[in-house]
Amino acid sequence: MSILVHSDTRVITQGFTGAQGTFHSEQALAYGTRLVGGVTPGRGGETHLGLPVFDTVAQACAATRVDASVIYVPPAGAADAILEAIAAGVPLIVCITEGIPVLDMVRVQQVLHRSDSLLIGPNCPGIITPGECKIGIMPGAIHRPGKVGIVSRSGTLTYEAVAQTTAVGLGQSTCVGIGGDPVKGMDFIDVLERFIADPDTDSIIMIGEIGGTSEIDGATLIRDSGTRKPVVGFIAGATAPPGRRMGHAGAVITGGHETAAAKIEALRDAGIHVSASPALLGQTLLDVLTGRA
Amino acid sequence: MNIHEYQAKALLKGFGMPVLDGRVVRSPDEALVAARAIGGPIVVVKAQIHAGGRGAGHFADDPGGKGGVRLARTPDDAQQAAVAMLDSTLVTRQTGPAGRVVRRLYIEAGCEIARELYLSLLVDRATGRIVIVASQDGGMAIEDVAAATPERILKESIDPAIGLSDYQARTLAARLDLHGRSIRAFTTVLRAAYEAFVSLDAAIVEINPLVVTGSGDLVALDAKMSFDDNALFRHPELEELRDENEEDPREREAARHGLAYVGLDGTIGCMVNGAGLAMATMDIIKMEGEEPANFLDVGGGASRERVAAAFRIVLSDQKVRGILVNIFGGIMRCDIIAEAIVAASHETGLRVPLVVRLAGTNVERGQEILSHSGLKIIPANDLGDAARKIIAAVRAEGVA
Repeated sequence: MSILVHSDTRVITQGFTGAQGTFHSEQALAYGTRLVGGVTPGRGGETHLGLPVFDTVAQACAATRVDASVIYVPPAGAADAILEAIAAGVPLIVCITEGIPVLDMVRVQQVLHRSDSLLIGPNCPGIITPGECKIGIMPGAIHRPGKVGIVSRSGTLTYEAVAQTTAVGLGQSTCVGIGGDPVKGMDFIDVLERFIADPDTDSIIMIGEIGGTSEIDGATLIRDSGTRKPVVGFIAGATAPPGRRMGHAGAVITGGHETAAAKIEALRDAGIHVSASPALLGQTLLDVLTGRA
Repeated sequence: MNIHEYQAKALLKGFGMPVLDGRVVRSPDEALVAARAIGGPIVVVKAQIHAGGRGAGHFADDPGGKGGVRLARTPDDAQQAAVAMLDSTLVTRQTGPAGRVVRRLYIEAGCEIARELYLSLLVDRATGRIVIVASQDGGMAIEDVAAATPERILKESIDPAIGLSDYQARTLAARLDLHGRSIRAFTTVLRAAYEAFVSLDAAIVEINPLVVTGSGDLVALDAKMSFDDNALFRHPELEELRDENEEDPREREAARHGLAYVGLDGTIGCMVNGAGLAMATMDIIKMEGEEPANFLDVGGGASRERVAAAFRIVLSDQKVRGILVNIFGGIMRCDIIAEAIVAASHETGLRVPLVVRLAGTNVERGQEILSHSGLKIIPANDLGDAARKIIAAVRAEGVA
């Protein structure tokens, strides 16, 4: 088992016939993902990569069972593409697109909260259950089926955690890149509660960064859940200069909990094994699992 | 993207924000003319830089002297203030010790001040909504208020489906201890700030102080706006407000190529894909005992040209004594990175040690390109290895 996606997950691609949509759909098919079609407005009825193209998500959903949709639509139209997938009732929506205006996502999130759909992203690498289903842009070959659940705000740091857990002989149950945008879909708590409940996830790596407080919410969830699954954490940005992102009013909202130091302390307080170095995520977890830490 | 106070006031005025009469000037003579035109018993001469704390700041050539906001009782006083301020470097708590050169002044009418409030709007990550932040303690740095007296910071979030409701403005006005005509005036101010925020895809609108006059009117005495860079494509008119003098030339060059770059003070140049990995790379350099020269995220689907531009920017920084390239390819293909590094190194000349760590998509082809390039490139297996190798190489050069 795994969380959210598995070998039976039926996937469509929005922005199917574009360069990114085509490249990553080919990669997904090669990995074994059950891609069942795609959407490009105006190209309905055509065949692309041997699969049917639809004009709308609703048409795709009417023609076949769709469990998940992955979005490679450019920034100006990406929020609209998410809304279309929500309207069509797609259960899991994965938006890879980087650079969506924040206020577009503010509107999307209100609609999302009133729906039954789940959103991963935007500005994320996607989700993968190794050996079963790859939805997104992560390099498939670094993964290996196993029991470590990985959740991260940063795409390439997710790959780092994957490569390191694979290198020390562990594998991954599911890896979720939740994305770095300020307003997004699933957050740490949404993924962590699923890892905690998943019988095939034995340990967890969570990777955060400066800004916002969702790592602290995630740490609180882990502490309150009483889970006995070991959790390893890392927070990127301990050396980043302050105030370069949102100015001072941004920090007022959270009362100074956005720094790496504050987050690391919250993670430690929740019993999470914080790796001091981003190069030691796999080793730290292995040490915890073998009783050496 | 940030803009100047006078530009923010002009934009906000268009949405109904009450502001004082003012003129932007670039010379002492223009300051004289502007002060005469504005008239009144007093005018205020305000340095226009993209940083707060101007009034409490000081000029680099006059550390004990007056700050970047000065009162002038006559047009001649305004001209003299302009002579002292223009082309001088203003240092404030937000500029850092290097300060900013003042190239424009805003000459503004004086104003009677009964109370100073604080008001800002921004997107709150936690709720995914626009939040209004207000306080009775205006005129000072809001982070100080938040740290000392958090109970004096008021917040109100706006439902995106409904937008700002007038009752929210009235409720906030009451909590700010406003009375009589000031309540309606506050509604006008908040409406203007909100409409400007939403219409222009702002990242922040901040009015500090929002002044209450003796007669109960409200005036935006200072104003700051910045915009969501991701939304600038639908506001081409805002590009004209960009002041390139206020931007780090390396950051500007990087932005032209779609790169995220932040200049720092260290000696190890970094080129990384992904913001999180870029920060983690900075962290590990520091952990191993050196300082990063920059943050540089080349992004997801960067082209060969973009990567080459990124590499040139890092190479052009004279402080850089060694370069660490750390790429974990997803969208990004390692062979493209390798080709771009080789091309840029041949073109610019590689004057410092270079450690390259490649992983992910097409990694074997990338490594092959680097090893056959004829360049002195030190390959690294993983992140820890890469950090140790670049630091060892830089220290070896330092000894030799």
